[in-house]
Amino acid sequence: MTSDLLRVRDLKVSFATDGGTAQVLDHVNLTIGRGQIVGLVGESGCGKTTLARSILGVLPKNSARLEAGTIEFDGVDLLRVDPNRLAATVRGRRISFIPQDPFSSFNPVFTIGAQIMDLMKWKSPELDDADAGRSGWLPRLHGSRRYKADRERVLDLLRQVQLPDPEGVLKKYPHEVSGGQRQRLMIAMALLPEPKLIIADEPTTALDVTIQAQILKLLRDLATDHGISVLFTTHDLGTAWEICDSITVMYAGQEMEAASSEGFFKRPSHPYTNRLLKSLPSRGGSLSGIPGSIPALVDPPTGCRFNPRCEFATDICRQTRPEVTSAGPGHDVRCYHPVAEEKRHALA
Amino acid sequence: MNVDAPAPTRRTQVNERTILDARGLTKHFPIRNAFGWQTGVLRALDDVSFTVDKGEILGIVGESGCGKSTLGKTIMGIHQPTDGSLIFEGNDIAGAAPSAARERRRHLQYSYQDPGASLDPRWKIRRSLHEPLVIHHSGLNYDEREERVRAILQAVGLPVGHLDLYPHEISGGQQRRVGLARILTLQPSLVVLDEPTSGLDVSVQATILNLLMDLRKQFDLTYLFISHDLSVVRMICNRIAVMYLGKVVEFGETEAVFETPCHPYTRSLLSAIPTIGGARVIDTFSLEGEPPNPGNLPSGCRFRNRCPMAQQTCAEVEPELRADWPGQEAACHFAQ
Repeated sequence: MTSDLLRVRDLKVSFATDGGTAQVLDHVNLTIGRGQIVGLVGESGCGKTTLARSILGVLPKNSARLEAGTIEFDGVDLLRVDPNRLAATVRGRRISFIPQDPFSSFNPVFTIGAQIMDLMKWKSPELDDADAGRSGWLPRLHGSRRYKADRERVLDLLRQVQLPDPEGVLKKYPHEVSGGQRQRLMIAMALLPEPKLIIADEPTTALDVTIQAQILKLLRDLATDHGISVLFTTHDLGTAWEICDSITVMYAGQEMEAASSEGFFKRPSHPYTNRLLKSLPSRGGSLSGIPGSIPALVDPPTGCRFNPRCEFATDICRQTRPEVTSAGPGHDVRCYHPVAEEKRHALA
Repeated sequence: MNVDAPAPTRRTQVNERTILDARGLTKHFPIRNAFGWQTGVLRALDDVSFTVDKGEILGIVGESGCGKSTLGKTIMGIHQPTDGSLIFEGNDIAGAAPSAARERRRHLQYSYQDPGASLDPRWKIRRSLHEPLVIHHSGLNYDEREERVRAILQAVGLPVGHLDLYPHEISGGQQRRVGLARILTLQPSLVVLDEPTSGLDVSVQATILNLLMDLRKQFDLTYLFISHDLSVVRMICNRIAVMYLGKVVEFGETEAVFETPCHPYTRSLLSAIPTIGGARVIDTFSLEGEPPNPGNLPSGCRFRNRCPMAQQTCAEVEPELRADWPGQEAACHFAQ
């Protein structure tokens, strides 16, 4: 089974809080194929950021606990790798990250060029794995061969992300460039180490719709050109439709349905997915929210966590969580009572 | 959920249903350097005119920095307009002294973008809801105020028990409801809603939109709906004004503007909205570049640097809104 780049299986993560232990991820599965763009969608508090952080290995040490599961990346279980080695060879090199907020992700007192070149000291693709953990501590001459090569690489990528005047941008401070340009810089920085997987955490939420369209196009084109897989978390189903090859939807720390983008919007099987699609504003149609509210994760409902808000819930839903069942080719759903064909709220 | 208000009138036509009449509304902010000398002017609003009819929902849309929030705040009196007049229920509120204007503005209310930040974190919900009554209806005693507050709380769909909670103890959707309740205690006739659904999940957004429509019916409200979310605007507004860098570039009945956008900016803006099940925007979208710095605008038409149709005239003459289409106006020399 080497065809998938990333396979998360039965991942269980809990957080210690003042109110008790919050079960933030409850046996979650996620698969990302090579070169695929996978959307991770869900409402706030559903655990999509926690899942992304678990893959990166940056969960808060004091409060988070990995209780069970495996994260298999390129055939290696990341949870069994030595953390220092993970930091040197995987995080920021094989797996890189695009943050949600391009405004607070740069240090305001250094030029953009200084920050990007500093990144290259640690994460340059020219470093071999043995060097990677320590090279950053060494001073480096601006005339050195590697410095020049890295700088060329940076300028080349800035051209690829269509930034006007790449040389000039490197001399600027973060506040001197616009939000859209900062997000382009973030994409360039995520691509610099030549990763196999990029985790993009709501990269367009802070942007205007016309800029969003430009950034999504750029991200998809570059991912395709470089053959990179992308895990794209978002709460906006419209952007997920734009860019994703397949979509996994989460609710309250459980994944509910995973399907190809077409299948997800054409044949939504899970009751939650159907309710979610029904809440989207549509022209002339009626708008229905989901009655009730998201459960507290300290004391979540047993079984399927959507059961208190689900119109089809029966006793078995309250007792045990449904296993993954197939609702078609490449279409997995975790529900005892998937919505029948004629009652589905198809959008595509 | 289509809206059942009477057919809207033209942009600046005043009739007996007109509740707000904005004429040539202009707001310029000075740009100062480190020594406090004025080095330029930021034209946040430039000659904006429109009327709002009683019972309608007028949408103000545009990208960040286009002046839509400045427009809302200028109407509210948070900013003093540099020029222009603002007639609300027959009174000019733009030129009036602050104390007189406040009195005239009682029926005009503003709903803030972030209700979490606009509620005092150290006050219980009850005190926040009592406050507007204490200020504007000082004749009421505690019991009378409490009675009104409870009635309003029920109208926005919150249990009475929430009166004894603090803002951090309730969810974002519930904070919006409290924000709305706070406004409604004063029985406004026009409410400026500044991004009422931003930051909410879609399922919560749906319930808040439904609530807004119910309240409008129940309390006979008129909304000025400021939003960047075009699919929401299309769903609930009667008419919309599309703004770009302080100017209204297109105005008209919602369906007309969405079906046949005339201004090239409106066209680009609409083509950037993802349609689930439709063609992917990233395959078709063509608008390049970003809006220019509002402190340093191009001459003539403000959109010309990014416009696919721009010609020599666009750099020389600033286009005015032309009412050349039924139910629709656009400020472009070459719009057909």
